[in-house]
Amino acid sequence: MTGAERIAAAFLGCQRRAALMPYLMGGFPDQARSLAIANGYVDGGADLIELGVPFSDPLADGPVIQSAGTAALAAGATFDRVLATASAVAERVPVVLMCYSNAILARGTDRAIAGIAAAGVSGLIVPDLPLEEAPATALSCSAAGVAFVGLAAPTSTDERLAAIGAATQGFLYTVAVAGTTGERGDHSAYAEVVARVRAHTSVPVALGFGISTPQQARAAADAGADGVIVGSRLVREAAESDDPAASCKALVEQFAQALR
Amino acid sequence: MSGAGVEHRFGPYGGQYVPETLMPALAELEAAWVSARADPQFQAQLGRLLRDYAGRPTPLYLAERLSAAAGRTTYLKREDLLHTGAHKINNALGQALLAVRMGKRRIIAETGAGQHGVASATACALLDLECVVYMGAEDIRRQAPNVQRMGLLGATVVPVEAGARTLKEAVSEAIRDWVTNVADSHYIIGSAVGPAPYPAIVRDLQRCIGDEARDQILACEGRLPQRVIACVGGGSNAIGLFTAFVDDEGVELIGVEAAGEGIESGRHGAPLTVAGRPGVLHGSFSALLQDDEGQIAEAHSVSAGLDYPGSGPEHAWLRDSGRASYVAVTDSEALAAFERTAELEGIIPALEPAHAIHFALNLPSESELDLICLSGRGDKDLAEVLKLLGRA
Repeated sequence: MTGAERIAAAFLGCQRRAALMPYLMGGFPDQARSLAIANGYVDGGADLIELGVPFSDPLADGPVIQSAGTAALAAGATFDRVLATASAVAERVPVVLMCYSNAILARGTDRAIAGIAAAGVSGLIVPDLPLEEAPATALSCSAAGVAFVGLAAPTSTDERLAAIGAATQGFLYTVAVAGTTGERGDHSAYAEVVARVRAHTSVPVALGFGISTPQQARAAADAGADGVIVGSRLVREAAESDDPAASCKALVEQFAQALR
Repeated sequence: MSGAGVEHRFGPYGGQYVPETLMPALAELEAAWVSARADPQFQAQLGRLLRDYAGRPTPLYLAERLSAAAGRTTYLKREDLLHTGAHKINNALGQALLAVRMGKRRIIAETGAGQHGVASATACALLDLECVVYMGAEDIRRQAPNVQRMGLLGATVVPVEAGARTLKEAVSEAIRDWVTNVADSHYIIGSAVGPAPYPAIVRDLQRCIGDEARDQILACEGRLPQRVIACVGGGSNAIGLFTAFVDDEGVELIGVEAAGEGIESGRHGAPLTVAGRPGVLHGSFSALLQDDEGQIAEAHSVSAGLDYPGSGPEHAWLRDSGRASYVAVTDSEALAAFERTAELEGIIPALEPAHAIHFALNLPSESELDLICLSGRGDKDLAEVLKLLGRA
């Protein structure tokens, strides 16, 4: 089964409800606890997991994920160690890796993606690799059986959405608001964004950026999203809790409940 | 300068490695620039501001005592005499006018030494635009006078506490602001870095340095210089100077980076000189300081304007193609040149061009005629330099 097929099966398996895709910062707070948190996510009801590779200069991320990345690197996180986490998690649910361009370029695109595939990762998201820069990476993913997941933004023109929607594999990561990752209160724009993106793609539409409460997750699903991505809220929980695996599991349960 | 757009790549370097949210804004910016630079009214307005407000053309000055010390005729292109004290105003005025043309009334800028922040704040005051400047907390400390100037000019200076708290982090935070406020904001990037079309726009706006200098030296000397020398952080004054001379085969182009505490110490800001594996930082693929994992390394330089682990993509290509060469000068060498220039010429240079002056003054060369870009003045550096020299 290719990565795209495994992702498609996960969305299909949710039947009529939206899939829940919590984000995990690889190696945060440290290697052992990040795996424990991932297992907490799955036990709490995650359908897929987005796993972040920490990067020194994450342009698409707000303060919570930035500082978690910095802490993970300080705790010894590396690309290979994050892949080790991915490998363990992928035995339970499909894993989509979120990795900035330079970490992939540093080891060579083909080698990096071969490693990603070998770890059992189903899909790859590169937040600083727009369509124009993506061909080599997309080709390499295709050869390795990894879904290359595109990103759509509220600012994308219809012309761009059509190209992104046609190129993406597995699902379309839809950025809910212009901005970086981080908790936000507002969810009034979800329906418009989802409807615009939906018109341009045949794969599931997953909404992320700013979704930080179970009510917002519900609103995203009601707006028509096939998947809901929750990042900063959970990473903050992992940062603030004495028992991050348990409290992240409890929080994921609340998000999962809201989507039922 | 013709064709549908501007360069996105210089050899393999450049590109647009940014979140999708920014891609439409980059396309809008490119279209606006292509239209503006071909618009005689825009050019006349910019030309008038550069002349009457900023003080262009700047003199090309025959530095006789520096020449005697160097053993060759040495000219200084006096960008330090511009309004706000550095070449940064050339780019800030041009991009602020472009923002007005695009209907964007809020300006974002980053600054290292504070010169680009001051230039942006100045242009915004003049054109009645809101201005937010991101600046590393460490740079706020070592460039205090510029922070005060930005405040007086009505800009909001936002301290950046991440990482080494210098220019790299300030650029990252400025880009994040732009991603969030892209609908009503224009990001005036201060150097010839960032995603396309920025490196080309900044070069186009800074090439007045080289265009003037080339005419001036032909008028003074009746010939072209043998060497053209400029400091390189991101590389805006250098690309502005080099561009006019790129087609003059006999003219050697030399970029001087920060060797910080010494290249061998690993604490420097010289990605072009050390020529390691290139990579992606702040939206473009170029020469870069990074570790084996692709994590960006911190740069180190006494000069806040050169304290940057990346470099402009066109410089990386000028290096690879053999057209320009890049060298590095240490903190202590730059400090010595800073003092020497003050003593010999009565000119206090910024620490950034002091790197270029050190190279021209102290390294052996067959050259009989050098042209150095004195990209800015050193008032901003006084307190820090006097402290480092043990006189404060």
